[in-house]
Amino acid sequence: MAFINRQTRIAKRRETGAGKLGKSKLMIPGEFDYRRPATKSEALEMLAEGGDSARPIAGGHSLIPMMKLRMAAPALLIDIRRLQELRGIKIGGDICIGTAVTQHELIASEELAQACPIIRETALLIADPQIRYLGTLGGNVGNGDPGNDMPGLMQCLDATYILENSSGVREVKARDFYQGAYFTQLEAGEIISGIRFKRPACGHGFSYQKLKRKVGDYAMAAAAVIVEISDDTVKAASIGLTNLADTPLYASEAADALVGKKLDANTVSAAVRAVEAIVTPAGDSRCPADYRIKMAGVMVRRALETAASRADTSKAKGIFGWLKS
Amino acid sequence: MAKKLIELIVNGEAIEVAVNPRDLLVHTLREDLKLTGVHIGCETSHCAACTVDLDGCSVKSCTMFTVQAAGSEIKTVEGMAAPDGTLHPLQEGFREMHGLQCGYCTPGMIMRAYRLLQENPRPTEEEIRWGISGNICRCTGYQNIVKAIQYASDKLRAGEGAK
Repeated sequence: MAFINRQTRIAKRRETGAGKLGKSKLMIPGEFDYRRPATKSEALEMLAEGGDSARPIAGGHSLIPMMKLRMAAPALLIDIRRLQELRGIKIGGDICIGTAVTQHELIASEELAQACPIIRETALLIADPQIRYLGTLGGNVGNGDPGNDMPGLMQCLDATYILENSSGVREVKARDFYQGAYFTQLEAGEIISGIRFKRPACGHGFSYQKLKRKVGDYAMAAAAVIVEISDDTVKAASIGLTNLADTPLYASEAADALVGKKLDANTVSAAVRAVEAIVTPAGDSRCPADYRIKMAGVMVRRALETAASRADTSKAKGIFGWLKS
Repeated sequence: MAKKLIELIVNGEAIEVAVNPRDLLVHTLREDLKLTGVHIGCETSHCAACTVDLDGCSVKSCTMFTVQAAGSEIKTVEGMAAPDGTLHPLQEGFREMHGLQCGYCTPGMIMRAYRLLQENPRPTEEEIRWGISGNICRCTGYQNIVKAIQYASDKLRAGEGAK
């Protein structure tokens, strides 16, 4: 996403001595060359030739702020924003979304809102309207920024990322993709070309709850929840967490604490405790770590209650288990 | 790095401009094209004073390289009034409803509201506030800015009805 935490920025300036440049120079990125390929295969060839110093750019709302701060200094930018091959939203038994689809387009798609409404709910909490016109799904999931919202959601949905380079295609689960802050399984020369996940069952309950100080800020804590409920019993559940560790977190123990139970206060509290046990947030200028841990629990509680109230138990009968692979 | 010659359509006029790949759109608009209505507030994609309309999207021109915009159609606040100087209903609304506050954010507010009203010609107050949430920072309650946008919404729809 667009914003670099101010403390990170100050720390980085101290570390690199960049503060000596003076404020205005920090806003100008280093020199680079720019190319706009006409097809995906051309883009992948250019990336292969460019090696470590080449980066793809789509919306640029993660990359450009990093380049202004000189925390990223690619020698070559390959613009994939307008490549039609990377832009579609396909909805069937699986939902496939191209990497260059913007947050604005995710929000605008009525078909997607019908099939998987938590995507729109989450996208509406990302940054602000202007940034959502350009910021893309691929950029949000691919940069490995722990503050981004889509990675936690993709872990909740058990999404698969399709990674391509000039010599082939491979697939990596969202739950396996993130290794540390800004470290992912994406290799030089590779792009995430698309994202695929199973369409949630009809009548599923969902909620994305995000605590933030203001529009445009990162989450202090956020949780994505999907549940399937029938006969008063949770048949399946999935919980993804945002900005509560140096990677997104899939809260498998918390989900396990729900399945087969009635979603009452005790069950919710058990899930909240399981979430509090796995989060390892850092304190920052927004709040101390302890507060974030508590707020992780609060977000999960709210998300579970909201998801339960939205679950249509009559429709959900008989289509369970998509969350379990 | 060698400059690249690119084409843009800015406020209805096709132009060519030579830019470095690292030139930000806001700098090209202000310094090469002298469209200084595009304001620089924060340069970190927070404040939205640099908002322009680009291919049907409101974008923060401080967070786009000019080369990315090659081939695009851009509208800035300078392109809002009619050629004879008649103000756009949004500009008129900001004047009539005292929506300027100090005026620094106004061009960005107007350009954002322009796109908002294209997408939602009859927004509620809440929809206006969410619609301009990227521009809002800390100045009082934005009452008159909301009223200015409502004024423009009414006037634009009345104009549609008259056609």
